[in-house]
Amino acid sequence: MTPRPPVYGLLVEFVTAQEILDATRRARQVGYRQMDAYTPYPVDGLAVELGMRKSRVPFVVLMGGLVGAGVGFLMQYYALAINYTFNVGGRPYNSWPVFIPITFELLILVGSFSAFLGMMVLNGLPRPHHPLFNVPQFARSSQDRFFLCIEATDAKFDREATAAFLATLNPHGDVIEVPHDA
Amino acid sequence: MGASATETVKDDMPGQRGSDGMQYVPMGHDLTSVTEKISGLVLTRPIGLGWLGFFGVSNGLVLVLFIAVAYLLVVGVGIWGIQIPTAWGFAITDFVWWIGIGHAGTLISAFLLLMHQKWRTSINRIAEAMTIFAVMCAGLFPLLHLGRPWFFYWLLPYPNTMALWPQFRSALIWDVFAVATYFTVSLLFWYMGMIPDLATLRDRTASRVGRIIYGMLALGWRNSARHWHRFEMAYLLLGGLATPLVVSVHSVVSSDFAMSVVPAWHETVFPPYFVAGAIFSGFAMVLLLCIPIRHVYHLKDFITIDHLDVMAKLVLATSLLTSYGYLSEQSLSWYAGDNVEWYTYFFRITGFGQYAIITWTLFFCNTIVPQVLWFRSLRRKEWVLVIVSLLVLVGMWLERYMIITTSLSRDYLPSSWGFFKPTIWDLATYFGSVGVFLVAFLLFARFAPILSMSETRALLPGAHGPEVGR
Repeated sequence: MTPRPPVYGLLVEFVTAQEILDATRRARQVGYRQMDAYTPYPVDGLAVELGMRKSRVPFVVLMGGLVGAGVGFLMQYYALAINYTFNVGGRPYNSWPVFIPITFELLILVGSFSAFLGMMVLNGLPRPHHPLFNVPQFARSSQDRFFLCIEATDAKFDREATAAFLATLNPHGDVIEVPHDA
Repeated sequence: MGASATETVKDDMPGQRGSDGMQYVPMGHDLTSVTEKISGLVLTRPIGLGWLGFFGVSNGLVLVLFIAVAYLLVVGVGIWGIQIPTAWGFAITDFVWWIGIGHAGTLISAFLLLMHQKWRTSINRIAEAMTIFAVMCAGLFPLLHLGRPWFFYWLLPYPNTMALWPQFRSALIWDVFAVATYFTVSLLFWYMGMIPDLATLRDRTASRVGRIIYGMLALGWRNSARHWHRFEMAYLLLGGLATPLVVSVHSVVSSDFAMSVVPAWHETVFPPYFVAGAIFSGFAMVLLLCIPIRHVYHLKDFITIDHLDVMAKLVLATSLLTSYGYLSEQSLSWYAGDNVEWYTYFFRITGFGQYAIITWTLFFCNTIVPQVLWFRSLRRKEWVLVIVSLLVLVGMWLERYMIITTSLSRDYLPSSWGFFKPTIWDLATYFGSVGVFLVAFLLFARFAPILSMSETRALLPGAHGPEVGR
């Protein structure tokens, strides 16, 4: 008998948000860590059940905003107070109050890009393909079903025992083996 | 969408109606039906004759714009009615009007997100699209007005062989940064909010081309709870950044006027007064777009009469704010005792044969007409809302026209007084820009999810825990 091909993880489907919350909590209590839930909208509290604490997105945005504002101000300071001084009725070259609007706009601009790109990078996106897309039912995760996947990289993962545990969570349908890409 | 994954929004979940008795959540829908309904509008609905006809007419308007712009590039801005002293005419009026319309979209998407106003969910995608297309139209005008539009990049700070910098002390350069930032951030916000819905379209479409296009646009989104956690935080922060941005944009636009020394432009009230007027006209435009959409796409259970009601209330509130601006402008110019300024205002309201008819029309449209919205029964009649919105849009356009022309045509020196008369090319450029807006909006309404599916799902009863009413 040839050995079975390795799997990415084991996937179960649920119909309601309450079921996925309960299932995730149970799986965590039992000791699974490398797992993720997939839901058609953000379910409150689910990330906490998965063991996520604060995200680093706010820090990234703060840094982005500070960089934007700093570069914005220094650009204007360099241009008008150092590189191309221009005497307007004896007013100071470093006329900082009129630099504020552009400083502010660049704060917002760079901060917003940091929010978007920070979110994408921390999420490991864009990633056009993923082993989970091999499972036909998984298409409903973006529509009306909730999925829980315990990944093979988990220390406690055992193909038989984990499948048996998942079956006790009353999933909708069978436990699905998620194949790795060839 | 809740503020973050850690916060519960269960308080008003059990019933379909909010605590104020208003219905903002689609009645009798579940996850499957919401998904099928909204994605079906994109994926399975055939292209109708009505859409094609409207699209054709809009493209005709765009052709008019092409002709007007081509003639402008060949001859120059002299084809417009602008001359000295009235060197700003239709183009700047159109610019301020369009960019103002955009403001309601950001207000709905960002400010109401921060305020946890759940009624934004059914209309935010439409309003954000409106913002982007309106800012696109707005951006055309200052560029065309440059005289030599092909040198537009001189407005940007870049290393150049002329060894010159833009004048960062000028409000006109602030405008470049404000409008460019506004457009970029609005686009980012719109696109980011749409990623989960694009993933839904990717997963539902039957065609291979659709799967490839929507798949690329969805960036591999796979609805992971960990991803959602960061997504919600980033979305909230984007909302937090976009809210002060929207206030700053029209404040900067008003600085184009307020930073000058032209009588009746040099006003400290201009920034808040312009922002209020912007939101005012924008909500009128949102109403004007939502009312046909809910009929054509049969979305009356998603965009309910309560949505229209609450937007009408905002039209009324911003009408009052704008009217307060009119009043404060007039009374402060009288109180300040500046003869030239007081003369300008006097001229605005008594110069019949010149601009007074415009001034009184805009007072009628912007101050008197919206007062009908005090009555709940009228707020809930669509034809009333359509008429009020149209008049508000006309009134707000006239307001900017009045501000620009009256001040410039009656400057300090009576010997250089003039009168602005638009030409056919002024009108062609304006209506052409309306065509650009309509074409963009029709394409959006056909090929993108016009309602946020993921946010609507999150509002359904039982979406975050115990099943109620399903």
